[in-house]
Amino acid sequence: MSVLLHPDFTFIVQGITGREAVNLTRECLDFGSKIVAGVTPGRKGREVHGVPVFDTVEQAVAHHGAPIDGAVATVPPAFTKDAVMEAIENGIKLIVVVTERIPRRDVAEMVELAGERGARIIGPNCLGLIAPGVAKMGGIGGPAKDAAKAYVAGSVGVMSRSGGMTTEISSTLTAAGLGVSTAISIGGDAIIGSTYAELMPLFEEDPQTEAIVIYTEPGGRMEAELVEWREQAGSTMPIVAFMAGRFMDDEEMQGMSFGHAGTIVEGKEDSATEKIARLEAAGIPVVERIDEIPDRVKEALGR
Amino acid sequence: MRFYEYESRRIVERAGIPVTKYGFCTTADEARAAAESIGGSVVIKSQVLTGGRMKAGGVKLADTPDEAAEHAAAILELEIGGHMPVGVLVDPKAEVEQEYYAAVLWDGRAKRPMMLFSDMGGIDIEQVAAEHPDHVGRAHLSNLHPIADFKAKEAVARCGMTGSELTRATMILARLARLQRDYDMTLAEINPVARLTDGSFVALDAHMEMEDEAVGRHRKMLAEIGVGLSEPREMYEPSEFERNVKAIDAADHRGVIQGKDHGFTGNIGLVIGAGGGSLTLTDAVRSQGGKPANYAEIGGNPSVAKSRGLAKEVLEKDGVEKIAVMMSIVSNTRVDIVARGVIKACLELGRDPAETIAIFRIPGAWEDEGYKILDKYGVEYVDRSVSMWEAAGMAVRKVQG
Repeated sequence: MSVLLHPDFTFIVQGITGREAVNLTRECLDFGSKIVAGVTPGRKGREVHGVPVFDTVEQAVAHHGAPIDGAVATVPPAFTKDAVMEAIENGIKLIVVVTERIPRRDVAEMVELAGERGARIIGPNCLGLIAPGVAKMGGIGGPAKDAAKAYVAGSVGVMSRSGGMTTEISSTLTAAGLGVSTAISIGGDAIIGSTYAELMPLFEEDPQTEAIVIYTEPGGRMEAELVEWREQAGSTMPIVAFMAGRFMDDEEMQGMSFGHAGTIVEGKEDSATEKIARLEAAGIPVVERIDEIPDRVKEALGR
Repeated sequence: MRFYEYESRRIVERAGIPVTKYGFCTTADEARAAAESIGGSVVIKSQVLTGGRMKAGGVKLADTPDEAAEHAAAILELEIGGHMPVGVLVDPKAEVEQEYYAAVLWDGRAKRPMMLFSDMGGIDIEQVAAEHPDHVGRAHLSNLHPIADFKAKEAVARCGMTGSELTRATMILARLARLQRDYDMTLAEINPVARLTDGSFVALDAHMEMEDEAVGRHRKMLAEIGVGLSEPREMYEPSEFERNVKAIDAADHRGVIQGKDHGFTGNIGLVIGAGGGSLTLTDAVRSQGGKPANYAEIGGNPSVAKSRGLAKEVLEKDGVEKIAVMMSIVSNTRVDIVARGVIKACLELGRDPAETIAIFRIPGAWEDEGYKILDKYGVEYVDRSVSMWEAAGMAVRKVQG
């Protein structure tokens, strides 16, 4: 099993005629994903790698003749909110938002609507998710042959604020023989559709997942939320964390912003030092090197 | 995007929140005229985007228009924290009965805007929240529904207020909440909101920050309050390196490069990426005793020219001995293109790539093609079996000899 995806999972690509979307479609199809339609307003009747293109999500659903499970939204920032709302209102329950630089208010609006409709958003500003041997949804891992090299099915769930580091960490787990159950690039923005704590229950229920690795950065309160969730849920699934951006704690770096939009430290609680202390106090080891991760996971699993 | 105090005042005023009469002036004569028009004692405040104005002498009280002109002339020439003021704000010396605090900001955990109100304004709100939690009222807003006045009323009532003060404060907080939503503010704060001796409520000092990603859709409002979009609004002046990298990035739409060197003074030039990888690699270099000369991010699929441009800028920085070219496993960025770019940069500067590039660690898309090019020039490279930490350590040891 895996988290969120399954072998028969169907999805559409919104903005499918864009350059990056065309590549992403090729990669996902090659990996075995079931892309049943694409949507780009005004491009009805075209095909992208054999996938039919429609003007509306409604037409895509009608063509498929059954509910569609997911959507990957790769449309320009000014149009993303509308595209995501269109997907939600047409019954789609999992939306991966790849687009970056979307204003926070737009993200918050679509996330709230998703909540009201029982849908889930991953991202924005993310590469999507991948379940090795099952499917991939988004550009995560790149072309199918590259993705297959870094991601081999196994027992560790990965959640990462950085798309690129999702692959680096998964490749390390794969090389160490642990493998990956599902890896999710959750996005680097200040407000995202699904946080660590919001995804944890899914991994908890997944029989394949035995441990979790998270990649995190300064900024935001997601680690505090994860720690609280763990205590409330009484979860004992081992988690190993990697914290990047420790150098931002230095005095000469104060007031500077690096990397993601979410990586702007707004208070002492957001800093790397504070987050490391909070995670470790909750029994979540925080490593300094990616190559330490497999041993820490094995230790936690008693192997 | 940050705003000067006088701009924040204009934004608040446009939103229907009462303010006292004020003047934004760029000359001493204008300040004299503003003081005459306001009447009575006035306060002259330097307009800079940095804190510590008061301590630096950038805020002065004037009892007469001539004194106002004199202070304005001095403040207009006064540099504060490396910034020259863009003008001065002339404010009446308000007769304040009580000060309040009002703000609307994002609560990232709730994924909603949150209103904050306190009847203990004028001081640091975090201190009030810590010491007098019952004097801070909070209420979350829905992102989907219209902003209801009663939500603002609840926040005000929660800090213990009642009577006509409650209704007046509610009006200000509700308007502030609409302003925050309408103009994509990451922070909309009025501190203090003041009750004057005549019982009226006014915003005495406002602080606004607009989300950079949303600036484009507020051009009309920004033009109306006189904000030019080309002005730099950084916390600090960008360095020559930072300006040059930005120009190289803007010249070509393929891929993204970023470079920063504020706060970095080392001898290892970093040509690194992507977002998370750059943070990881900068830490790895520093933790192993290395001193980075800069921070950088390569993202997407940049052209040879762009990779070359970044590498050249890094190599030309004072004190840079060698560069380390490193990324986490790439799926979009092409290894061979980055390899060609960095080698070209070395050759154009008359430097041997094998000597100049301490280590090349970019595994992933088109890596075999990249390794062929690196082999040809004798550049040391490693594949994904060597961790980011180990690669960073190799670079540090080479530079330190």
